[in-house]
Amino acid sequence: MNIDRREFLRLLGFASAAGLLPLNSRAANGDIYNLPTTGDVRLLHITDTHAQLKPIYFREPSVNLGFHDALGKPPHLTGLKLLEHFNIAPGSSLAHAFTCLNFTEAANKYGKVGGFSYLKTLVDRLRDDFGVNKTLLLDGGDTWQGSGTALWTRGKDMVEACNLLGVDVMTGHWEFTYRDSEVLENIAAFNGDFVAQNVKVKEDALFDGSPAYDEDSGHALKPYVIKSLGSRRVAIIGQAFPYTPVANPSRFIPDWTFGINDGDLQELVDEIRSAEKPDAVIVLSHNGMDVDLKMASRVTGVDAILGGHTHDGIPAPVEVKNAKGITLVTNAGSNGKFVGVLDLEFGAQGVSGYHYKLLPVFANFLKADPAMAGYIETMRKPWQSKLEEPLAVAGELLYRRGNFNGTFDQVICDALRAVNDAQISLSPGFRWGTSVLPGQSITMEHVLDQTCITYPETYVREMSGGDLKAILEDVGDNLFNPDPYYQQGGDMVRLGGLDYRFDPLQTMGQRVSEMTLDNGQKIEAGKNYKVAGWATVGSQSPGEPIWDTVATYLRDIKTVKIKKLNTPVLINAANNPGLV
Amino acid sequence: MTVDGQSMKMNRRRFLGALLKGSACIAVATSLPRLAFAAWNEKAFKAETLEGALSNKYPGLEIVDSTALKLKAPAIAENGAVVPVSVKTDLPDVKSISLFVEKNPSPLAATFHLTPVNVADVSIRLRMGETSNLIAVVESGGKLHRAQQEVKVTIGGCGG
Repeated sequence: MNIDRREFLRLLGFASAAGLLPLNSRAANGDIYNLPTTGDVRLLHITDTHAQLKPIYFREPSVNLGFHDALGKPPHLTGLKLLEHFNIAPGSSLAHAFTCLNFTEAANKYGKVGGFSYLKTLVDRLRDDFGVNKTLLLDGGDTWQGSGTALWTRGKDMVEACNLLGVDVMTGHWEFTYRDSEVLENIAAFNGDFVAQNVKVKEDALFDGSPAYDEDSGHALKPYVIKSLGSRRVAIIGQAFPYTPVANPSRFIPDWTFGINDGDLQELVDEIRSAEKPDAVIVLSHNGMDVDLKMASRVTGVDAILGGHTHDGIPAPVEVKNAKGITLVTNAGSNGKFVGVLDLEFGAQGVSGYHYKLLPVFANFLKADPAMAGYIETMRKPWQSKLEEPLAVAGELLYRRGNFNGTFDQVICDALRAVNDAQISLSPGFRWGTSVLPGQSITMEHVLDQTCITYPETYVREMSGGDLKAILEDVGDNLFNPDPYYQQGGDMVRLGGLDYRFDPLQTMGQRVSEMTLDNGQKIEAGKNYKVAGWATVGSQSPGEPIWDTVATYLRDIKTVKIKKLNTPVLINAANNPGLV
Repeated sequence: MTVDGQSMKMNRRRFLGALLKGSACIAVATSLPRLAFAAWNEKAFKAETLEGALSNKYPGLEIVDSTALKLKAPAIAENGAVVPVSVKTDLPDVKSISLFVEKNPSPLAATFHLTPVNVADVSIRLRMGETSNLIAVVESGGKLHRAQQEVKVTIGGCGG
């Protein structure tokens, strides 16, 4: 594996020395994607593309804190700590792909990443090189949501794009934020297998005639699929995001219940192993990497968990020991920026070896696939002028990803306060949302990239200081509970007009202190404040969609310069390897 | 076995429907006496602390933590008003299974009384006002066997 990575770097070095980097021409620099093809089966893995059909910029986090068992280990490494851990040369294109270091400069040098027409070219090449009949393309979900066109077509533009891309098996999370009937329509239109062992029809709903894949087991969807790859057979079990009805509105999918359900997973793995006798058992997971690491230590008989949700671009798998062997755990980043390549070799006892790469999809290094490019342009046409409307200019780098407020979050929070004349604003800690470079025009499409959900309505309401503290503590515990099974995989709620101190090592109720307004005034538990926000999970809010609020604000200010980033003073985090 | 190419296997919904319509009387007739005669332990159900509920429910019995019972409950509740919980065990001679929600105003949430012919596998939905430990206790062999798990009741939102 180390040799492969060195080889990768060496080839990148050649490309650089030959003057091929930075590239404006899409010259034949496919060498960096030239991998050994010695394994028996190849599993390609994309995840969390969030409907980004066109190439984008995506800044990896500078703050991705880990504590307790996760301290100093992947995925809780950022910047140089990540490069050191994975032996990646600083300043290289890989360093740019995996970290936020010198982001603007490096992004200008290496160009945009992802985009389905480039992804298609790369996926086809990785299939052709290895053998089409021995290769699978797996999609970890969060694919049918995240752009204006995905919302307006209720995910259907992405179903079609995935069919063109040739996705064989997928699972989901944001896919379940359309109405349940739409989810089932989309799954029916999808050419691959949509699998999820942990989505069940509630017993009373089943009784009332709600459709199920298997009425006896209660599975709402197919739990797994066996794929034949040459002479080998591989079981792919789906693990959807376990907390979908908690983190997202349950009102769209009232009949379905989720959960980690690792006991069920163990039973299913054992059953598949004994009844189907596959050569390998793979879990395609949307748990998030910390949950996957714990699950891998508890559930036996799984060769690899290919994971997503937490958007961690992790260059090499973590080998997790459990009672009966080792399970590989990977996480393949987000926004179409990476393709994971897991080549498995088989011996007498099943999987005997592997090679893994997480390949960055540099649009400048690849040719666009004409059929996919044509599809995307045609599909976007009716909305093109709306998407491309320039709203303002980025006076600095705008991004979201990180445990606390990113600059684009601050724009959203500032917009909420300004448009609604509120003292404080709240915005969800989603991990998706693309980055905008300084000097770039901020288009409506960029705003939609950050906000496009099926429950975008805004609200303005009075909240007490006590309520605000309770919200911060609740979300803080979802992020920093020492037990990964109690984490939901989002980042901290974003704030406008409110500062605080935050100690991730404390217990629930004790992490947040010294809450103050921007003017330094202390927040009082019993006093009411005017708060604006969006994305309410419990019930629909009455206000306009958030993207209209942000667009109004951006048109008004014309150039974005963040005056104040409402990010907390961190306690017990100074030397954390998850902090740049 | 097939009839006109159709599987004779009754699906779950039809089975449950048929059970309700056809067998309801029998089911009620056999289970009613136990419900009627099981003593309502008012002191235990009205106790406001976990210790009070436990000692009133099972006075004088030794409690041991056990892996011989499987408590199944969500780590994070989808809806605190109806948290699905199940308990099963292979322990012999199970007399009763009780569930306690530590932070509920009255922690003893339910007791199932079992006879020797019952399979010790019960499920129920509990109401939980806030994040709390959930404790399952199985009475078997003159001892109490305990398993517990935290169930988080969260405001929700802000996911990935």
